[in-house]
Amino acid sequence: MQSLVQPIAQMLTYPFMAHAFEAGTIVAVVAGLIGWFMVLRRQAFAGHALAVVGFPGAAAAILLGVGAAYGYFTFCLAAALAIALLPPSRGGRGDESAVTGTVQAFALASGFLFVSLYHGFLNGVDALLFGSFLGISQGQVLALLAAGLGALAVLAMIGRPLLFASVDPEVAAAGNVPVRALSVVFLLLLGVAVAEASQITGTLLVFALLVAPAATAQTVTTRPAVGLVLSPLIALVVTWGGLTLAYRWPYPIGFFVTSLAFAAYVIARIATAGLGRGGQGGAR
Amino acid sequence: MMAALESWTGIGALLAHSFLANAVLAGTGIALAAGLAGYFLVLRGQVFTGDALGHVAFTGAAAALALGLDLRIGLFVATVAVGVLIGALGPRGRSDDVVIGNVLAWVLGLGVFFLSLYVTSMSAGNGTAGVTVLFGSIFGLSAGQAWTAAAIGLAVAVSILGIARPLLFATVDGTVAGSAGVPVRALGVVFLALVGLATAEATQAVGALLLLGLLAAPAGAAQRLTARPYVALALSAGLAVFDMWAGLALSYAVPVLPPSFSIIAVAAAVYVAAFVASAARRDRSGDAVAETE
Repeated sequence: MQSLVQPIAQMLTYPFMAHAFEAGTIVAVVAGLIGWFMVLRRQAFAGHALAVVGFPGAAAAILLGVGAAYGYFTFCLAAALAIALLPPSRGGRGDESAVTGTVQAFALASGFLFVSLYHGFLNGVDALLFGSFLGISQGQVLALLAAGLGALAVLAMIGRPLLFASVDPEVAAAGNVPVRALSVVFLLLLGVAVAEASQITGTLLVFALLVAPAATAQTVTTRPAVGLVLSPLIALVVTWGGLTLAYRWPYPIGFFVTSLAFAAYVIARIATAGLGRGGQGGAR
Repeated sequence: MMAALESWTGIGALLAHSFLANAVLAGTGIALAAGLAGYFLVLRGQVFTGDALGHVAFTGAAAALALGLDLRIGLFVATVAVGVLIGALGPRGRSDDVVIGNVLAWVLGLGVFFLSLYVTSMSAGNGTAGVTVLFGSIFGLSAGQAWTAAAIGLAVAVSILGIARPLLFATVDGTVAGSAGVPVRALGVVFLALVGLATAEATQAVGALLLLGLLAAPAGAAQRLTARPYVALALSAGLAVFDMWAGLALSYAVPVLPPSFSIIAVAAAVYVAAFVASAARRDRSGDAVAETE
């Protein structure tokens, strides 16, 4: 045990690793909680689109010489508002995903344009897309904490009606729950969660923290109270594990975080499938 | 469409540059395949699957690079294999967003791993290989690559047209089609394998991340403009080819714009135009249009 704890304690004496762990902890809790609602509401594709929109935001911010975090938050929140306020399409599910797909591709293309306009930055693309845990400052950690706490406070306030509206929107609407307003607020919260997570996992791997822990939790249990504890817990383990592995080996953190998250999901699916034969099935 | 192209002033001078001729040749084949495959993807609600295949294309290419193989081997093997896998696993050949999302994130993570293996093992300044796979470089194609791309694009297009009728039936009403003896499940698998081929092709033109635009935008626009399936199918292919040509011309005229950006920007603009046009038409004719949907 001693031989295991010591290198970890030593790792945390480096300020950049300490900051990375602080930032990772905040991001994991926020992503785990908001991700749980996202998976419940079947809005995984929207979450992905928001993450992708963060990429041109960050690239534009760097092109303009301001911090990438500003770009992430501005673009993710604006995109969340746009998705929420667009009139619900009449073309059905396929048409809606065509819109999302188009927006997503255009956002990535714009990010690529900004990156190629900013000469000599082409290698930095990898960090924006696939994440980096180096060079997180104390100020950034505080900014993440403030945004994360704000989002969680709002989530705590709307949590109960949101759960109701997510599980059965028609009954909720009949019971005077403002279903539409809730979905707008939730998309904005999702925007904050995505903007936060992007800064650790990169634009493309946000799914690892937003979807995988939440989906794992919902595979294991259908009870909201348990799931809402389990989901951020899994996200935390995944993030801490990923940071430790990325500190130890010279491969990108995105690879470790996604692999751990995916492993958790696969194990949960296999375990519940095995149990499901004997007793009742899992959530899905 | 050809006549319109030839009457375009200065087109001869444009095509005199071999890199542009190669790009137009490859781009046309790729756009045809993407437009046709995209229409069915949108109709079947499988746009997300197309996105996932794009991510798989990135990882396949990165793995091939890390192993020292031709990038295209990795592209085709990975996308077709995963396309078949998703088709075979998903209920009735359709797939679950959360499952795909999880697989997708992990696949990208693997791709990053392979890419960093490649970059560290080469140690030379090859850090941009990943950027090329992600965002494409259609102006960098050789004549041989362009002909291959055009041929594969055409083959995919012909195959999709070949199964269009039963596929449409199976898509619109799977249960009825199944009882009428249409092999619904097999069709779904074959279709996703074809999408995998189209994806691998499109990766070389607009890159793994942007090919979604080429799959979704023309198809979405076509569906906005008409409710008739075969008209929409043809329109989707036509719009995709138009997006490709206009994007290439734009990037040629304004070199600071990367071709991948121009193609997707044109595709998005055409989609917005179709959206506005259909909204205006709907306002004028009121509920009559809503009933036909």
